[in-house]
Amino acid sequence: MALLKMKFSQQRRVRLAQGLWLLSWLAVMCGAFIFCLGVYLKIELLRRDEVMENTEIHVVPNLLMMVGLASIGANWVASRVCQDSLDASRFPRWRVLLLGWYAVAVLLCCLLLAVVVLSYALQGRLEESLKVGLRNGIRFYKDTDVPGRCFQKETIDRLQMEFRCCGNNNFKDWFEVQWVSNRYLDFTSQEVKDRIRSNVDGRYLLDGVPFSCCNPASPRPCLQNQLTDSRAHYNYEYQSEELNLYSRGCRQALTDYYMGLMNSTGPGVLSVILIQLSVLLSMRYLQTAVEGAMALESPEGESEGYILEKDVKATYADVKAKALDLLKFAQVDPASEAAGPEEGEKADEATEKAATPPPAS
Amino acid sequence: MAVLKVKFTKTRRDKLAQILWILNWISVVTGIILFSLGLFLKVELKKREELMAEKDIQYVPNMLIAVGLIACAINFLGGKICYDCVDSTKFLRWKLIMLPYIVCTFFFTLCVLVGALMCYSMHWELEEALDLGLMQAMRFYKDTDMPGRCFLKHTVDTLQIQFQCCGNSGYKDWFQIQWISNRYLDMSKKEVVDRLRSNVEGKYLMDGVPFSCCNINSPRPCIQQQITNNSAHFNYEHQTEDQNLWMKGCRQALLEYYTHIMQSIGLTVLITWLFELSVLTGVRYLQTSLENVLRQGDPDSESDGWLLENSLMETARIIKSLGKSNQINTANNGDPNIDVPSTSKAHYGPDNVPPKEKMETS
Repeated sequence: MALLKMKFSQQRRVRLAQGLWLLSWLAVMCGAFIFCLGVYLKIELLRRDEVMENTEIHVVPNLLMMVGLASIGANWVASRVCQDSLDASRFPRWRVLLLGWYAVAVLLCCLLLAVVVLSYALQGRLEESLKVGLRNGIRFYKDTDVPGRCFQKETIDRLQMEFRCCGNNNFKDWFEVQWVSNRYLDFTSQEVKDRIRSNVDGRYLLDGVPFSCCNPASPRPCLQNQLTDSRAHYNYEYQSEELNLYSRGCRQALTDYYMGLMNSTGPGVLSVILIQLSVLLSMRYLQTAVEGAMALESPEGESEGYILEKDVKATYADVKAKALDLLKFAQVDPASEAAGPEEGEKADEATEKAATPPPAS
Repeated sequence: MAVLKVKFTKTRRDKLAQILWILNWISVVTGIILFSLGLFLKVELKKREELMAEKDIQYVPNMLIAVGLIACAINFLGGKICYDCVDSTKFLRWKLIMLPYIVCTFFFTLCVLVGALMCYSMHWELEEALDLGLMQAMRFYKDTDMPGRCFLKHTVDTLQIQFQCCGNSGYKDWFQIQWISNRYLDMSKKEVVDRLRSNVEGKYLMDGVPFSCCNINSPRPCIQQQITNNSAHFNYEHQTEDQNLWMKGCRQALLEYYTHIMQSIGLTVLITWLFELSVLTGVRYLQTSLENVLRQGDPDSESDGWLLENSLMETARIIKSLGKSNQINTANNGDPNIDVPSTSKAHYGPDNVPPKEKMETS
């Protein structure tokens, strides 16, 4: 009892082949779309490479690119199969390939699903990576003379201005780090000496932030220094001032940005999965219908198309038996080696006996 | 004596018509491109209109938009005409329209050329507009509490950050205006009062710049205040320091940006003009050769095609005389019914000749 059996007349087979050909070209475009999506995501992640500590999140765009390329190849093969499907002389050579093709198509759908799941699951790892990366960036902000770190200042400044954020969690992160290099500190000044002595590590800490934290939307010229001291500036209250600097932390800003990117690709990826599944099912119907037609005496007649020849349980039992057979064939049984020749003789006798008809009574 | 006469066989005429049909459709596409370029320029100018003084520079993108639309329409018609020209019976439909069409297209191509030249000439007007506009914007930088001007601070800050520039000609422009509002100045402090008294107009002037002037590439945290005072900052020399702030003036930065756009657009328009001119020439040849075929009577025969039937001088004279014959005689105020005595020397006999007696014949 076949699964989801459908009758196909010659015309319906032709229609199915044509429709599937169009659908598989659509699937090729979708594969290209997925590939481009992967490339775009990878470029965006690489642009902010310097503030990310590890590259675990890169598995999402890498998978997308791989699946995109594989999908283009697989669906192109599907379109070739469609072209040959109505020609009885050319179709048989694709039969062997089709089983492998189904496996590849199912694998691609699973991988795409995995991508969607991963893009949500890896959010925590992304945040961790950004946290460490930004912390290092802020720590090395002042080291513009150290090779390997000299671009951290520019990177952090650009990041803060582009994403309208300040510091790791918020602007107070800048109070805990010395972001003014010793090259620009006058060590003869009393103020500098006091500040350096005021903490254990001998760092020049101040309650100020770099200029890139300044919010252009503030009605007031930017206040960068002595932020916690309400008396240092006229008409200024530290606790209630919220427009002066960017209030968001850069980790939050970057995470939101990347999550937004990946979420917006979610619906696209899901629709590509649906298209791929429909190509898969239509291909199965086409294959079984055409094979059924080729087995008929009149190839123009009606044939049946199905997804599975027997129902799910029977197919599963069949597959299991085949697999066990394969395993048994691979196994070498020492007992059966000795018994082998004897059994062979016995079998011969049995066939001889069967061949000679019993004497008619 | 025709100008640039070329012989056309039937097949050559047909080929010419087909090629012109395709070229006309390509011209429609270039018309659309012109239209979108004009639209793009209009949007770019509108985006920064707060920084430009009231100068009429919108005429350039408006002209481009109009030219683009008219080019589409003209070339669409031209394509239709050329498509029908393959068949000489269908050509009869268009025969009367073709000459006016060619003349109109010729004047239109002149408009396209003018449009291209305007793109290059806009430079000076734009510079003036930007100069005045930026000066105003910087003056009203501090007026974030005045309706109508409250966004100028944000505009100027984002401009300086995006275009990596500072001030009008340079950062020193900020020293000459008060960019900190009085709302944030503590009038009870001596330093503030001193500064206010130090100039005639009572403005709080300082040798400092807003944060948006800070250069990202500087190895040192930005120095915004007391820029001219070397002793105020450690290891700092005002004259040699060029990485601390953006050195370019915003007027120059914006001008460069717009000039770059204008030059690309101008080049595209010039190329379109050349293309249109060549299509026009082809259509003219097609028209004259088809008219000659009709005159000869045999649709399959060879015919001549030319740009002008007579030489340039002759054509100019013909046009002049056409103009004269259309001229109305102003002596009698244009009314032909008034009897004007003849002023010529020839004597044509008396005016009032009585009719001959009919009784002679009866």
